[in-house]
Amino acid sequence: MQFGVFSVSDITTDPTTGRTPSEAERIQAIVRIAEKAEEVGLDVFALGEHHNPPFFSSSPTTTLAYVAARTQRLQLSTATTLITTNDPVKIAEDYAMLQHLAGGRVDLMMGRGNTGPVYPWFGQDIRDGLPLAVENYALLRRLWDEEVVDWSGRFRTPLQGFTSTPRPLDGVAPFVWHGSIRSPQIAEQAAYYGDGFFSNHIFWPKEHTQRMVEFYRRRFEHHGHGSADQAIVGLGGQVFVRRNSQDAVREFRPYFDNAPVYGHGPSLEDFSRETPLTVGSPQQVIERTLGFREYVGDYQRQLFLIDHAGLPLKTVLEQLDVLGEEVVPVLRKEFAALKPAHVPDAPTHASLVAARGGAVDPTVHAAGDDVTGRTAEEVSA
Amino acid sequence: MTTRTLAVVSAGLSTPSSTRLLADRLTAATVAALRERGQDAVVEVVELREHARDLADAFVTGFPNAALRAAIETVTGADAVIAVTPVFTASYSGLFKSFVDVLEKDALTGKPVLLGATAGTARHSLVLEHAMRPLFAYLRAVTVPTAVFAASEDWAGGEGAGGELAARVDRAAGELADVVTGRPASARPADPFADVPSFEQLLRGEA
Repeated sequence: MQFGVFSVSDITTDPTTGRTPSEAERIQAIVRIAEKAEEVGLDVFALGEHHNPPFFSSSPTTTLAYVAARTQRLQLSTATTLITTNDPVKIAEDYAMLQHLAGGRVDLMMGRGNTGPVYPWFGQDIRDGLPLAVENYALLRRLWDEEVVDWSGRFRTPLQGFTSTPRPLDGVAPFVWHGSIRSPQIAEQAAYYGDGFFSNHIFWPKEHTQRMVEFYRRRFEHHGHGSADQAIVGLGGQVFVRRNSQDAVREFRPYFDNAPVYGHGPSLEDFSRETPLTVGSPQQVIERTLGFREYVGDYQRQLFLIDHAGLPLKTVLEQLDVLGEEVVPVLRKEFAALKPAHVPDAPTHASLVAARGGAVDPTVHAAGDDVTGRTAEEVSA
Repeated sequence: MTTRTLAVVSAGLSTPSSTRLLADRLTAATVAALRERGQDAVVEVVELREHARDLADAFVTGFPNAALRAAIETVTGADAVIAVTPVFTASYSGLFKSFVDVLEKDALTGKPVLLGATAGTARHSLVLEHAMRPLFAYLRAVTVPTAVFAASEDWAGGEGAGGELAARVDRAAGELADVVTGRPASARPADPFADVPSFEQLLRGEA
């Protein structure tokens, strides 16, 4: 099982000091958080994509490529990549490039985005969110899986004889997760392709997550990718941990009470009861996290949100220390002991290459597609 | 004998509340009208005052907590709804609208609904027609023609104003019972994702 952290890249005032970090400071902090995640033995770092303040992460592949150069083992992912408003051609190119630079340590999580104005800013209509996610991803898959693509659809200018470069590393596209809080259609999409399904989990009650994951598993089996319990599931989680539980609650409460997403509403105690938020000791975090398995089944990836709501870098790094030293080693052991042998781990580049019978050199020299024999020049002639 | 579920939503704030009093009168009359038509009724009351903080939390967090979810499911799963609000500043109260705001947009589609409102004076009575009925029309609920308004003076005993209120309550209850008995009993969906389109349909743009 993979453990990691995901960040939405918010630049938020620290409510305990009134201080707001600069973009420059926060960007350096996120790189440090990613490096630290690897240092303490976590597996995954995932970064969001936004196109409006107070978020800085408009260009995740730039950040992730830099992190890739400064790490050795860390799996790099997104949370999420906007499949609705990005050109799928650019996603295919950017993430294949990142995959090469990172030596295959890359996967993606697709999302639709929840900021209304981003759609018109990028020439789209939010009412088309779902059809955009469906069509754009169908094209993205073809751009990675087929060398020469002829395509026309509803949203993008048509393609004739198009080859997306660089080709995916070793001829194997990055693994894809589909993230959704509310839409069963996205769970259906993930199931159709045999891709992973990531439930945000942290902003909704567990009954909701349970229903969505159960639906995805059932449809994964229906579409012939394996049994329901072999479907690839990821969960979000939100923790604040100190060795002493009362210290954790006292220190986190002002950040909770003023958090941009849920602040000024329910109490920390109410929200902890209704959602997976866990503020307490390492043992409490371990017990709560192990409990997720009881309602989603054996799952493959657990990402924690630890760096939002104005928490200072020093505190976030301390959180990573505790996660790495006291929480994740226990979770790894306990989850592994419970997982039946036929339930797979999260796919990695190595496992995907092995599954397709080894690496190939996918480079498309201008000589043409080895399936159709056509070259870009012939097609355009 | 068929048993129908009546959900009663009352947005009254004081205790005792004339809004709840009207809701109870409408409920008792509807239960009696159903019985006359050979059907039983189970009544489930949602007092919105008890969910005032839950509603505020739901706006901030984006999801209803367990207590509010139960109230929502009571209303959306019922065979008919009796909805009564006090008039605040020329319209339904903010608390009443807050509850309507946390319902899914299709949650009351086709649902038989009896509307009621209370106020200190009869000058507010058209709130039922210019605020309540359009709100439920937007939700595509089936409101019965008679909506019942009770001003303070309507609670006077004996003949006159009080008698007219009783007559309006009975007429509205009869209309609701007629609509309800003409329909199959409401079944709460066992699988909330039963009508999610297949991926083939999604690809064809039938999302």
